[in-house]
Amino acid sequence: MSNAPTAIEVENVDFYYGNSKALHDISLKIPKGLVTAFIGPSGCGKSTLLRCFNRMNDLIDGTSVKSGKIKIHGVDIYSKEVDVIELRKRVGMVFQKSNPFPKSIYENIVYGLRLQGINDKKMLDEVVEKSLRGAALWDEVKDRLDDYATGLSGGQMQRLCIARAIAVEPEIILMDEPCSALDPIATMKVEELIDELKKKYTIVIVTHNMQQAGRCSDFTAFYYLGKLIEFDRTEKIFTNPSKQQTEDYITGRFG
Amino acid sequence: MQNKSNNPFLKVSTPAKRQETAFFWLFRIATYIIIAAAGYIFFDIAYKGVGVIFQLKAPFVNVPFLTEWPETLDIFKLPANQDMKMEVSQYARMTYENPKVNFVEKGTLEMVIFKSPEGVMKKVLPEQKEAFDADPISHGWSVLSERAVMQVFQLKEVSEIKIGNTLYRSLVDDNEGVPPLEHKTQVYAAGGIYPAIVGTVLLVVGSMIIALTLGVLCATYLSEYSRSGPIINFIRLSIMNLAGVPSIVFGMWGYAMFVLLFGWNVSLMAGWFTLAFMVLPIVITGSEESLRAVPQGFREGSLALGASKWQTIYKNVLPYALPGILTSSIMGIARIAGETAAIMFTASFVVRDELPWQVKHAGEFFFNGVMALPYHIFVVSARVPQNVYTEKSSMARHSSSWSSF
Ligand SMILES: Nc1ncnc2c1ncn2[C@@H]1O[C@H](COP(=O)(O)OP(=O)(O)OP(=O)(O)O)[C@@H](O)[C@H]1O
Ligand SMILES: [Mg+2]
Repeated sequence: MSNAPTAIEVENVDFYYGNSKALHDISLKIPKGLVTAFIGPSGCGKSTLLRCFNRMNDLIDGTSVKSGKIKIHGVDIYSKEVDVIELRKRVGMVFQKSNPFPKSIYENIVYGLRLQGINDKKMLDEVVEKSLRGAALWDEVKDRLDDYATGLSGGQMQRLCIARAIAVEPEIILMDEPCSALDPIATMKVEELIDELKKKYTIVIVTHNMQQAGRCSDFTAFYYLGKLIEFDRTEKIFTNPSKQQTEDYITGRFG
Repeated sequence: MQNKSNNPFLKVSTPAKRQETAFFWLFRIATYIIIAAAGYIFFDIAYKGVGVIFQLKAPFVNVPFLTEWPETLDIFKLPANQDMKMEVSQYARMTYENPKVNFVEKGTLEMVIFKSPEGVMKKVLPEQKEAFDADPISHGWSVLSERAVMQVFQLKEVSEIKIGNTLYRSLVDDNEGVPPLEHKTQVYAAGGIYPAIVGTVLLVVGSMIIALTLGVLCATYLSEYSRSGPIINFIRLSIMNLAGVPSIVFGMWGYAMFVLLFGWNVSLMAGWFTLAFMVLPIVITGSEESLRAVPQGFREGSLALGASKWQTIYKNVLPYALPGILTSSIMGIARIAGETAAIMFTASFVVRDELPWQVKHAGEFFFNGVMALPYHIFVVSARVPQNVYTEKSSMARHSSSWSSF
């Protein structure tokens, strides 16, 4: 399908919440350095799969990847030797509901660095500026870095969360409906940002917005009821899908 | 005439509507009864309490009550129209404490105070000074004060007077010819409550430190670390049930466990741990609730940035749960501070002559009982008369307690 090297390789994954199966035999290869969009009707398991990539599902009692493997850069992330903390440093996440911490903007950005024991003021200042510029937020907040992050607008908060994620320099960024609470202008800014970010990072984005998937992704995966229906180049999915279900969903005939 | 046919919205009384009105008034009346009762309780406590603790004269706070030791209260009657005398300051205190009695002041008088090597005092009139000095009884006595000012007074009618034991003793000493009538005593009902305040503060602070430490650790484990399952649910249920155990049971358990088994005697330590275990359910339940109120997003956001579980809890969960944890522990403080049953076997003395920190070795601080406000109330309300057992400690305080007045 593509010549790009693989960032995340999913092999025959079955995922369970307790006894209920949420993902059925999923296999796909997410290419490195590109944007991959996950689309599908509500409840089809997009977030579930995304949260498998940084093992966020470990937080929920009784969940498990019963069979199959998820490899990131060739390493099985569910094997015993893997340090979850190391994994999460490399696989950043932006949540659907923006969740800035009730601290200053500055402290939000440096949170991840402080965890790693980096407290050098000069270095932190640099990272703050770089991350905020990277998230296209610098000009709006450069004079109020010590203000509470919770006082920002919804779109600014979401970009702050992106800045916070890129401050720790991950290799992959997972975004779960990052624009679902944003107005068209803020959405546009985040989309421009994604275009910018893909130069450096591998991005996986969950979205309900077909135009968004079409505009900013290189690959698109369509899920339905916990199954991967189709995974291909975005142009192909949107112009000439090989499955009827995909076409129906994209053209708005169901879901 | 209005009726249903020409006005479809006309009010008509149906059983359902009458029931509605009845229930509305039932709820409303119950609420108002409670508000009235609560209002009366608070008013009564405030009105009477303010009268005891505050006064109209400077320094506006009843300092002796808050800074002195308890002593025996003497209740007696004095005859009318008979000259009596008392040191001015003591007389002032007696009149202040018996505002309803009709005292008639008859001028002042100066006397000489002699003091024996043993500390016994004797007041004589200036004209008797030479004679007393010459008397062999006064061998070794020295003059403490040449001219102590005495108030001479009478009572208009026979009346009941209530004063502390120290005042009572000097009244009797200074007026040998006037015997008080119908003398009754109540131990520890006069004087102040200073050692009890100290003891209660110590008990509350110590047990809250223990309860908060244990409680927050336990709540953090239960809500952040443990996976939900039958065992955790059982533990949680047991903790909840602990809140329903009567405090007297905690008291006896503390007595058996700390006082007897651990051999800590009746002591601050035993009281701290008994009270701490008594409020633990409140602290744990409250802390768990506050921890749960911290949005899940704070945890996920922190973990997604590569934080460990403990880092997440320490940096991004506990700080935001802390206000709630402290609020819930105020409930605990209220419960501990007013607790009698749990401390009567474990921590409180009826009376103790030293303050808790007036000890020879630091260890004794922890392994000695203290006086405490609720237990003091219990003792005072028992109206025990003075006897050989209670007299000793009252005598021990006799010399020091009045020096400040
Ligand atoms: N914590 C959970 N416990 C049990 N079942 C869950 C849990 N989270 C999700 N599920 C179930 O797993 C399935 C997939 O959910 P998921 O959140 O991945 O859907 P989604 O595709 O992200 O939907 P949406 O577009 O609405 O966000 C759903 O049937 C959902 O009910
Ligand atoms: Mg979702």
